[in-house]
Amino acid sequence: MTFINYAAREINCKIVYYGPGLCGKTTNLQYIYDRTNASAKGKLISLATETDRTLFFDFLPLDLGTVKGFKTRFHLYTVPGQVFYDASRKLILKGVDGVVFVADSQEARLEANIESIRNLDKNLKDQGYDIATMPYVLQFNKRDLPTAMPADELYRRLNIKREPTFEGVATTGAGVFDTLKAVARQVLMDLKKK
Amino acid sequence: MTLPDLVLYDDEFRKIKDSLSRLASDANANVVFLVDKNGQQIAAVGDLTTLDTTSLASLTAGNVAATDGLARLIGEKEFSILFHEGERDNIHISIVAQRVILVVIFDERTSLGLVRLRVRRAMAELEKIFEEIARKAEKEKQAITTDFDSPFAEITDEDIDRLFSE
Repeated sequence: MTFINYAAREINCKIVYYGPGLCGKTTNLQYIYDRTNASAKGKLISLATETDRTLFFDFLPLDLGTVKGFKTRFHLYTVPGQVFYDASRKLILKGVDGVVFVADSQEARLEANIESIRNLDKNLKDQGYDIATMPYVLQFNKRDLPTAMPADELYRRLNIKREPTFEGVATTGAGVFDTLKAVARQVLMDLKKK
Repeated sequence: MTLPDLVLYDDEFRKIKDSLSRLASDANANVVFLVDKNGQQIAAVGDLTTLDTTSLASLTAGNVAATDGLARLIGEKEFSILFHEGERDNIHISIVAQRVILVVIFDERTSLGLVRLRVRRAMAELEKIFEEIARKAEKEKQAITTDFDSPFAEITDEDIDRLFSE
C-alpha cells in the first residue's frame, strides 16, 4: 500500500526482502545501509536472536530523492527466513508494494528456495495480493561460492514470470543496488497505473 | 481484502495535526503520533527532537501486527489498546478506525487514567477524519475515469535513474 502524502509531498513505499533462511536478506540491507549517505537513511533496526538470526524483521528507511516533486521514501524490510516463523512473515507482507526474492545459489539450498517462493505466493494470496501482478525481482545470491549452481539452471528453476533477475554477492555488495533499483523502478512505474 | 492506497491531502492532514496537538496538551503527553498499520508515519506532534520517529513507527506497527496475530490465535478480533510501562516513560497505543495506530508517549507528569480519557475523545475525532478520507478516496476512484491527473502519470525511466545516480 503506497502512502502518498500530498501535504508533506512524500511517497512512502514498502519493499520486502523474502527468501529462505540464511540466504542473505539481512546482508543485502546491511550493505545498502553501509553504502548510503547518512542524510538519506534512518537507523537499521534488526530484531534478531542472540545468534543473529532474524526473529521478526530488519527495517531500513531510505530517502532516494525526488520524483515529480515528491520525496520518495522506501521502507526496506526483511522477513525471518526460517520455516517456523511463518506467522511473522505473513505479518510483514502487509501493505507491501514490492518484493525482492533473495535465492541462495548453493545446490543444497535449491529445494529451500523453491519452498520459500511457494510460501511467498501463498502468504501474498492470504494478504489479498497476487504475485503475478506484484512488483517482483529475483536475486541469485552467493555467486562467489564454489557450490553455487549455474545461473541459467537457477533461472530455469526459480524464475516464475520473467522477472528481472540479478546475480549477487551480498557480502561484497555485488548486485545489491541493481536489485534494489529494479524493484524501485517497478514500484514507481506501478504508481502510473493507479 | 486489501485496503486501498492511503492518500492524504492538506486539509485532512491539518485536521489530524490539530487533533493530535489537542490530545498532547489535554493529556499532558510528551509525544503523540499516528502511524498506519503498515508502519508509515502519518503525523507526529510534541518533543520530537530526540526521537527517531521512523523507527518508532515501524516498530509500533510490528508490535501491533504481532499483537493482532496473538488476538486472532485466541479468537479475539484485536486488542484495541496496548500499554507499555517504563521506569520514566510510558507508551499507550490504540487502534483508530481499524487502520491507523495512535501512539501517546507520556511520563510521570500525567497519569494513565487521564491519557486514556483524552485518547478516547481524540479517537472519536480521528475516526471522523478518516471516514472523510475514505469517502474522498472513494470519490476519487470514481472520478479517475474522467479527469484525475496523478502527478505520477508522467514518471519516466530517467526519473528513476536519477534517483540512483549518486
